[in-house]
Amino acid sequence: MVHQYKNNGYNIVLDVNSGCVHVVDELTYDIVALFQTTDKEDITKQMLSKYEKDSVTQQEIEEVIKEIEELKEAGNLFSEDIYKDYIFDVKKRQTVVKALCLHIAHDCNLKCRYCFAEEGEYKGHRELMSYEVGKKALDFLIENSGNRRNLEVDFFGGEPLMNFDVVKQLVVYGRELEKHHDKKFRFTLTTNGVLLNDDIMEFANKEMANVVLSIDGRKEVHDYMRPTRNNKGSYELIMPKFQKLAESRNQNNYYVRGTFTHHNLDFSKDVLHLADLGFKQISVEPVVSQPEEPYAITEEDIATICEEYDTLAKEMIQRKKEGRDFNFFHFMIDLTGGPCVAKRLSGCGSGTEYLAVTPWGDFYPCHQFVGNEEFIMGNVFDGMNRTDIIDCFKQCNVYSKPKCQDCFAKYYCSGGCAANSYNFHGNINDAYDIGCELQRKRVECALMIKAAENDMVSE
Amino acid sequence: MKHIKTLNTRNLKESMKKGGCGECQTSCQSACKTSCTVGNQSCENK
Repeated sequence: MVHQYKNNGYNIVLDVNSGCVHVVDELTYDIVALFQTTDKEDITKQMLSKYEKDSVTQQEIEEVIKEIEELKEAGNLFSEDIYKDYIFDVKKRQTVVKALCLHIAHDCNLKCRYCFAEEGEYKGHRELMSYEVGKKALDFLIENSGNRRNLEVDFFGGEPLMNFDVVKQLVVYGRELEKHHDKKFRFTLTTNGVLLNDDIMEFANKEMANVVLSIDGRKEVHDYMRPTRNNKGSYELIMPKFQKLAESRNQNNYYVRGTFTHHNLDFSKDVLHLADLGFKQISVEPVVSQPEEPYAITEEDIATICEEYDTLAKEMIQRKKEGRDFNFFHFMIDLTGGPCVAKRLSGCGSGTEYLAVTPWGDFYPCHQFVGNEEFIMGNVFDGMNRTDIIDCFKQCNVYSKPKCQDCFAKYYCSGGCAANSYNFHGNINDAYDIGCELQRKRVECALMIKAAENDMVSE
Repeated sequence: MKHIKTLNTRNLKESMKKGGCGECQTSCQSACKTSCTVGNQSCENK
């Protein structure tokens, strides 16, 4: 499968199955489109009639065809999908648990309008995770992680800093476990920043491999969607602290992470606002919500959002040239050292490698399923008792989703988010269509940025 | 090549030989929590 598109003056040809990205001239772009369905004589005839006399010669057309044939021969263009059989091994695999999302607090000191956790309570009641439950969760992770060495634990909520003592105790406990088992914990923290202080920053810088700092961008955008419990804006409260924390981490191993909605479709301004304030690691993502919400992103918004991604991509290239570059999480693609195909086929690992743990110790396939009790898979005291749910998630992959078959982005999103699929279609083997459209656009922008960066190196 | 410039990429097929160790980061532990962003994770088994 080949996907070809034009963006920002670049003609890009993506060979989906090999992952190879080719930047081509106009003539080649046209010939690639015909190559698999048209014989050489016809291609030549069509090209000679399409291009003005003397602008393209028969010799050039032959050169292009030869180059395409060489790439095809090398398996870098029009390559076959050889993963369909490989997926059987992926499905048979013995899964281990290697990542937990610990819901340290089902409580929050903000009341963000779009919160999928419903102000931290996840359709349930307010509760903080006890040290005992957290300990049991870490023990479970050690016991069920097989020979995986790197284990990940995200302190999530609600707002985890509302239960920070337990976070600290669990980190100490985790470091003890590391000494007795050949394991390495990577702790991460997702926070709204309200309770952030110097002591917590110091602790985070020592112990947290990554911190995710929730902020939406411009003050008016942020304050509207992320008010405090008494309806005040939270921007002024958190921004200086986030700037301080980002600097103290040398602008690495953190993300300022925002959500854009129907109310700020000009979200590139929010991204650039954060960049202008000095942040180098930025993620601003589309809200996912039921369509009846006033802030929901609708199909009518897609075109505007795609233009906005283009605007952002161009600005990022410009800033890179000027030495003012920053990372935008959704445009990050690691072409040379990215994930292997096994990872790309099997997806995010929800329900198998990755589980969420509620404050009282129930396991769910991921944080987004929490509160939907039919997905409770067991608990930290008795272990897993729903192998049917594990099997269901284990079977979920790029090939189990009909919508992914002809999609060029399938090896970048790995079939998309299971929870989004479930929330919109009632099963995990479908896909959230608006999300797919936006994902495809982001992949196109990300590859175009790579092409532009390649030019910068050659210049 | 004169007409085609190929960006430096890791051929996915090559990654079948040594892939699947499972040590790489879980995508939802990095920054997202609402989308699936496997493509931008890094391989830990280079």
